[in-house]
Order: sequence, then structure tokens, then C-alpha cells
Amino acid sequence: MRTLLLKSLFMRAATIAAPRPDDAALAELGKALEKRARRLFGRSITIREVDAGSCNGCELEIHALNNAVYDVERFGIKFAASPRHADVLLVTGPVTHNMKVALERTYAATPDPKWVVAVGDCAAGCGVFGENYASIGAVANVVPVDLHIKGCPPRPIDLLKGLIALMDKATAK
Amino acid sequence: MFEQLARLLANHNPVAGHRPWPRYEADNALWMAIGQALADGAADLMGLWADKAKVYMAIRAAAPLGPFVVSTAIRNSEFPSIGKFHAPAIRLERAIRDLYGFAPIAAPDRRPWLDHGAWGMRAPLGSRFPTQIRDPAAYEFLPVHGEGLHQIPVGPVHAGIIEPGHFRFTANGETVARLEERLGYVHKGIDALTTDVEIEQAARVVARVSGDSTVAYSFAFACAVEAALDIDPPPRAQRLRGVMAELERVANHFGDIGAVCNDASFSLIHAYCGIFRERVLAASDRAFGHRLMMDRIVPGGVEDMSPGGARGILLMIEETEPQFAEVVRLYDDTPSLQDRTCGTGFVGKDLVKQWAAGGYVGRASGRDFDARRDLPYAPYRGAAFDVPLLTQGDVNARVWIRIKEIEQSFRLLELWLADVPAGQTRVTLPPTRHSEGIAVIEAFRGDALVWVRIEDGRIARCHARDASWFQWPLLEAAIENNIVADFPLCNKSFNCSYAGHDL
Repeated sequence: MRTLLLKSLFMRAATIAAPRPDDAALAELGKALEKRARRLFGRSITIREVDAGSCNGCELEIHALNNAVYDVERFGIKFAASPRHADVLLVTGPVTHNMKVALERTYAATPDPKWVVAVGDCAAGCGVFGENYASIGAVANVVPVDLHIKGCPPRPIDLLKGLIALMDKATAK
Repeated sequence: MFEQLARLLANHNPVAGHRPWPRYEADNALWMAIGQALADGAADLMGLWADKAKVYMAIRAAAPLGPFVVSTAIRNSEFPSIGKFHAPAIRLERAIRDLYGFAPIAAPDRRPWLDHGAWGMRAPLGSRFPTQIRDPAAYEFLPVHGEGLHQIPVGPVHAGIIEPGHFRFTANGETVARLEERLGYVHKGIDALTTDVEIEQAARVVARVSGDSTVAYSFAFACAVEAALDIDPPPRAQRLRGVMAELERVANHFGDIGAVCNDASFSLIHAYCGIFRERVLAASDRAFGHRLMMDRIVPGGVEDMSPGGARGILLMIEETEPQFAEVVRLYDDTPSLQDRTCGTGFVGKDLVKQWAAGGYVGRASGRDFDARRDLPYAPYRGAAFDVPLLTQGDVNARVWIRIKEIEQSFRLLELWLADVPAGQTRVTLPPTRHSEGIAVIEAFRGDALVWVRIEDGRIARCHARDASWFQWPLLEAAIENNIVADFPLCNKSFNCSYAGHDL
């Protein structure tokens, strides 16, 4: 283990350069935040991820945000285990009828002010599953959404752009 | 043991137009006799699903009988229960009842499974009888008796970035006396979405049965459709399918090895495996234009690989393999980590055999089965690779199966990418009136089965069965007498799919 740790000391960092926030995401957020409470988070937001019915593809890419390459914590973004510690709910979908109550309760357990980011095409209501007896479709059909990050699944870099946009806006004042 | 089954099927002719396995029509007596044969260990149950008027079973018997499908007609919305004889069928039958309203006669467990009372109707693929919305918490867990027991409910929303499901632990102090799973939270009606639709539409849905196995499911769906239509994709497409399937396997195994170590609080290996996984996804992206390679395999062929794709993948292997070897040495040389993984979450050979548990769950407990070798399909037919097998049956063994499989996958990738056949990557699908096809593909977590019935060039019915159906129940056995704190470790070493199971 010592050799491996020693090597790590002299290794170039695997982390990639920070992307610029996404313009489309910024525009959408600007609108959303005007209407809602603004508060300084001290450039640090805590996220609770909720899989409300996804195929797990989005989760894999959200997971990747935490690896050494994307290293989301350098931007002050971190994932929490409980919605009670969260500023942001990152929700993937489509929201299933079987997950509706759990999502509503998670939303209710998240303290104000809070933001909801719908991740992926299904969460935005344009995925392959649509709406049927089992699927309510878009996250916005169940809880209010502040930002959509589209893609099937969105690449980690797109997630990062969206979240940085969220941070910039949330800390703008 | 197959003689018993061979005798039962001796006077039956398979129905026409079901490929590549034969399908036999059974009356109730034969259906039940096959159930008894499964209970006797004569064959493996590979799937159990319903259609408008029939229930089907996919069964894998030893040569010379081989794999086959058997179906029986639904009468008065009922069919004889297989779960009564063979426990692995129980959850599948509960799902059939929830979706179609067909009742398994004399079933040992009559509780709903996928239906949490939130759909506003019963039997959404059958009668669609309207019902009141039920409280999702109203579910009868199995009783546990004894002194000093307490219950710990976990989920459906979990602490990590993972899929939703409910675990009901009954613990005595720190020790788990019983775990009962309750799944179905991510049920989004995939069986309905793949009923009476265009082939392309169904392909896009099946590709999203479980995002981590998107290549395997697209592969299985394509093979099932091609079997039904009796066509073969071009050689280049066959080869590229294998390349994508192995890339997916390697990426997921890296993720799992890292995650198991992380759940034992050993984050160094997790960090390295995260980088390795990222490299595989980046190479896949360059070669196939999508990090998870979604929708790249289609019925009739594949989307072609980019010109520099093969070189990128080979460079990735060259760079990653020696570094991974170092990480594996670290895994093996760290007693505090071994202390967590060795002997934890044991599953015995009898259970994996009874449940026909595929993937690393089966192979870490001595079940020597890999669909790539034992139900061979292109491009694995004739390919030289080892199927690692261990018998310890613990978390450590499931980690080691993955380590060894990564090695084998790298060899296959190098072999295949050295000379990818040139030429077409797709053939057009011929028109067809009525036919049925089945395919089993070895996904990273085990065998994925897809069955299709095609009518007039459209998918009339499609069923996808994930390996998790036969692995989830064994997790309940694996955790018994372990401490609650070791559950994440056991769970991650199984890494069953919620989405692939709930459909």
C-alpha cells in the first residue's frame, strides 16, 4: 500500500478542468430563482439524490460526479444521505406511481429553501416510458422543479455544468 | 436427471415458429409434472411469464434435451402454481398475478408483489379492473418470532445514490435474524410498453430495462428478434456486439469492486476503480458515441464503431491493466479489508443451484454456468475464454470472480479488436406474420433473458427477465447471521438490479 500511496503523491491529478456553466441551464434557473427565496449557501450546497423510477443509467452518471475525474466536491457540492441535510433534491425519473409517496415525503423532509433538479430525459417528461398506469412521467408532475438537466443519461460533464449554474445563481446575491 | 423431463416431453411436438429453442404446449398435468421435475433438480428455471392467454416457462435442461420453453393455457384466469413445487417461481408468479390477474392455483404466497395499490386498477395488462388507491405501507411482512427481536425498516429511499427498494430487517442485537425484501418501487410498466408496438420502439424500451446492462438487454432483444425472424446479423456486427458487451462488463465490474471496498471504508481502491471505470466509459464513448453504449445494438445489427475506436480501447487496456493489477495486490494484502469481505455474506452451493443464480453470485458459490459458454451465441461461439469459478460463496469470492472476469474480458477485447471483420453492420428485417424468439445473454450480473412474439412485423409481446430475479432472494439468505453493518457490503457484492427486476 505504501508504494501505491507514494505513487499517488507524485501522480498528476486525474481530475479534469472545470466546465463553464451551461447557458440553457442558466437561463432556466434565472427564471426559477426570481420567484423563489434566494439565500447564500456560502458556495456550498448539499444534494440528496432520489431515484423515483429511473433505469439506473442516470444514477451511474451521477455517481461518476464523485469520482476523481469529475470530483464534484471541489465546487462545494456534496451528496448527503438524508433529505433533512439537503439544499437540493436531484431527482431521476420517470416518477412511478409506486414511488410517488416516497418522493413527496422526501420533498417534504427537505428544509426550505430548497431546489429540485430533474435529471435525465425521463425526469423531464421526454423519455421512452411516458405516462401510463404505472408511470406519472415527469418529476414536475409531482413536485415543483427548478432545473432540468436532459440527456439519456446526461453525461457527468452536463450534470456538472447544470449544478455549477445552480451554484452560481444561488450565490449570486 | 434430464431423463425424467425427456420422458415427460417424449410425445409432444414443439409448436412451429418458436426459435431457437423449441416450445411445447402443455396441459395442466404436464405443467405440474415439470414443476415437480424442477423441484427435483432436473433442470433450471430460467423464466416464467404470461401473455394474453398463456403462461410460459423457460427451462434449461442438460444435453441432449437442452433449453426449451413450455406454455400452458390460462383457464378461468388460473394456472397451476409452479411456486408450490419450486420456490424460485414464487415471486415471478406474484408478478404475473399483479400484472395479468391470473391466479396461480395453490400458490404458497398470495401477497401482491409489484402492485403496491398505487395504480388505481388491478391487472393492468388484463381486466384493468378499477380499484381504490391503497396505503403503500399496507403490506404484510412475514412474521418473525423470538425474544429480543427488533425491526429496522430501510427504504425505499436509501442513503446512497442507488435505486429504491425496501428492506425489512429483523435483528437480535447486531445480528440479522431475517431480512425480507419488498421490491416493485420502480415498476414503470415495461411489459405494457413492449406490448403491440413497433420493433424499434420496443428496442428503445428494452435498452432501458436496467441502465447498467443496456448493452446486454439490447443484445438479448436483438438476438430474440433475429431468432424469431430467422436471420443473422453481419459478421462485423456480431464482433462489435461482443466488444460492447465486454466493455460493459469491465466497466461495471470496476464500479462494483470499488464500491464493495468503499462499503468496507477502504476508499483508496474505490478511488482507483472509479478512474478505471471512467477510462472504460471514455473509450466506449469514443468508439461508439455513448458512454453506456445505449441503443448501439439494434435488431439486425449495430451502429458502427468510429475509425479510431479500436485503438482507443486497446490503449485503455494497456494503460489500465498494470495499474489494476497493483490495486488487486493491495486488495489481497490488506488484512483489515479482508477481515470485512472474507466469510461475510455466505451463500451455499445448494441455494445457487436451486435458484439457478447466474453471474458472480452463482459462480462464487460453485455454480459453473456462463451463458456465453453454456448457451453460446455469436461472437462467443468458439471463442477461447475461461469462466472463473470459486466455491467460498462469500463477499470476497464475489469480488474475485469479478477481478478474474475483467482479465478474461480484456483478453477477448484484445483478440477481437486485433482484426474486426470489415463490411456491413446491419441487415434489414424481413417481413413476418407470426413467430417467436428467445435469447439469453450473459450480462455483467448474470444471464438476461428476452422473449418476443412477433405478429405482422410488430412486437405483440416481449418479456425481459433479469438475473436479479434469482439473486435477490439469495441476498436474504446471505445476510442471515451477519451483522446489520455488513449489509451494504453484502448488498453491493450482489449488486442486484431494482429496475431490471421491477420492470
